[in-house]
Amino acid sequence: MTAAPFVPAVADRKGAAVPDRLHEPQLALHVEDLTVSYDSKPVLWDIDIDIPPGVMAAVVGPNGAGKSTFIKSVLGLVRPTAGHVRIFGRPYGMQRRRVGYVPQRSSVDWDFPTTALDVVGMGLYGRLGWLRRPGRRERDEARHALEQVGMQDFAHRQISQLSGGQQQRVFLARALVQQADLYFLDEPMAGVDATTERAIVDILHRLRAQGKTLVVVHHDLQTVRSYFDWMVILNIRAIAQGPVSQVYTAENLRKAYGGQIALIEHESFGGSGATAQTLGGG
Amino acid sequence: MLALLADSTIRTVALGAALLGISSGVLGCFAVLRRQSLLGDTLAHAALPGVCLGFLIAGSRDLGSIMLGALATGAAAALAVLLLTRTSRLKTDAALGIALSLFFALGVVLLTFIQGRGNSAQGGLDSFLFGQAAAMLRSDLWIMGAITAAALALVAIFWKEFKLASFDPGFAASLGLPVLALEAAMTAMVALAVVVGLQMVGVVLMTAMIIAPATAARQWTRSLGAMVVLSALFGTLAGVTGAVISAASRGLSTGPLIVLAISAIVFLSLLAAPGRGLAWAALRHWRNRRNLESQQVLATLYRMAAEHGDRRHPVELGTLDTFHGTPTRRALSRLERQGLVRPVRHEPERTPHWELTPQGLAQARRLLTDTGGDRDGEEMS
Ligand SMILES: Nc1ncnc2c1ncn2[C@@H]1O[C@H](COP(=O)(O)OP(=O)(O)O)[C@@H](O)[C@H]1O
Ligand SMILES: [Mg+2]
Repeated sequence: MTAAPFVPAVADRKGAAVPDRLHEPQLALHVEDLTVSYDSKPVLWDIDIDIPPGVMAAVVGPNGAGKSTFIKSVLGLVRPTAGHVRIFGRPYGMQRRRVGYVPQRSSVDWDFPTTALDVVGMGLYGRLGWLRRPGRRERDEARHALEQVGMQDFAHRQISQLSGGQQQRVFLARALVQQADLYFLDEPMAGVDATTERAIVDILHRLRAQGKTLVVVHHDLQTVRSYFDWMVILNIRAIAQGPVSQVYTAENLRKAYGGQIALIEHESFGGSGATAQTLGGG
Repeated sequence: MLALLADSTIRTVALGAALLGISSGVLGCFAVLRRQSLLGDTLAHAALPGVCLGFLIAGSRDLGSIMLGALATGAAAALAVLLLTRTSRLKTDAALGIALSLFFALGVVLLTFIQGRGNSAQGGLDSFLFGQAAAMLRSDLWIMGAITAAALALVAIFWKEFKLASFDPGFAASLGLPVLALEAAMTAMVALAVVVGLQMVGVVLMTAMIIAPATAARQWTRSLGAMVVLSALFGTLAGVTGAVISAASRGLSTGPLIVLAISAIVFLSLLAAPGRGLAWAALRHWRNRRNLESQQVLATLYRMAAEHGDRRHPVELGTLDTFHGTPTRRALSRLERQGLVRPVRHEPERTPHWELTPQGLAQARRLLTDTGGDRDGEEMS
């Protein structure tokens, strides 16, 4: 019995006419002219973002910049007012199985009666499709993913009894079982302790080494340069994007963070000769 | 009790109450987990105008038409809430409140209109406000049973989809699940539960039947499956209990008794459920405080020993009491039982003195280095 996918692989509204024609297939993610608004207030304004395969990209920007909205509109969770999105050349609706997603941890109710293992298993529901229930094979896969994030001892623990860092690892494990080529992670390191952050970064780097593409909303400018090789600066508009070495400049960050820049300069640029130059130039 | 159940009217009522308990117990779980208790309230009250319309259209107190009417106005209310929140700045709870009052007011107006006509066929339509189990017919059981069975089948078939859409709708949508349709289905299930309970407890008290069994079950269980089963059991237990007490008392009305029974179950669950209940929380709090007390006394002994540069420095009980501002004898006994401290004589004084054992010394060191900072704050609460 072949699994019936939840939705047949059809294109999005814009691409519906020509679902087979590839558009920018050399890019892991291609976003063009994307505008998203809530209650007619634009949250993302006319953004173009291209992410090549195999990079680990940080999406940074101040609170409310539209980072989560960006991911959600790529995944079709909010409907854009304009623009189109392609994943490896095709609309998201046709590429679901190649994409993994880690939502913001605070977006769910962790008091829900379920276990860590069960949550990880949810990553396989897409592959299972309607009617089929997860069986032994799915449980084994979920257990293996928990092992990869170092949570095997917590498989049967209630998710409400996990620490924030452990909950975050469970979410990551759920994305791992998706065995995707392109991962979207929304603040996977927010509110976790240093050990967990290290563990998560290691896993992400391992995925990158396997050729996967990662798009990570990241809240901490200080670690962008050490963790990531690609970077998108967002604040309603796409302010800058490209290799971290070229994009991480005081000027770009000032454009995104405005008045908050004094603090950022102090935190992120102090003591570093190379960036001090950038500062002088900007 | 068995004698009571031999009576066929009472058996009908008890069976109806059991069906009500099962359906609202199971279907209410999703409403409670999605924090949509108020939705149950709104759908229940919104059933009243539907009851009246069903009666007006059918021209009699036919349960089938009345249920259809109730479902229709319930759906209309849900739609109204959706439109209100989508097109205005109203928050969901405000919209639910507005829809509740509006539809209920409409229902009361229709009810008084029907009663004003003095139609002999009106047959006590106001019994749908608080329920009137005695008016239930055997044939009604079939309708209630069919709805319950259909709803349970729906839950069984789309189990994992409902679960995921309740827990993490965003992730569910990213997998391609039609989350909006699933949410609509879960809302419809609440409306079905309301319809099953119309005759038994009525629209006013129906909310309790949707929220209460699930809330009680949540206290005792760790998985959605167990919660749903237990919720159904609690609902059934309350339903049958209410029906039997009502029959035995000859006159107390069934619906409110059922609601009282389920409320008692909720009360006990909130109080006593292991891990989550208030009693457990209090016990845990007390244990923690006791532990903390012992640890503080141990730390004090260690510090005083360190000050004197002698790890076996004996400290007088009075000194410890004064230092902590509270008697420390009990904490010391606990520490003694754990082999961490021991009583000693300190000649020539005749008062009791205490000193650290080598284990106590090691334990105190661990304690003071571990809790120096709050580095573990993130891990395991
Ligand atoms: N569902 C929503 N309805 C209305 N406004 C929203 C909604 N979600 C987000 N917003 C608003 O959109 C803006 C961007 O939000 P978000 O994408 O969450 O930002 P970020 O993730 O960068 O902090 C914020 O101003 C937020 O208040
Ligand atoms: Mg966000």
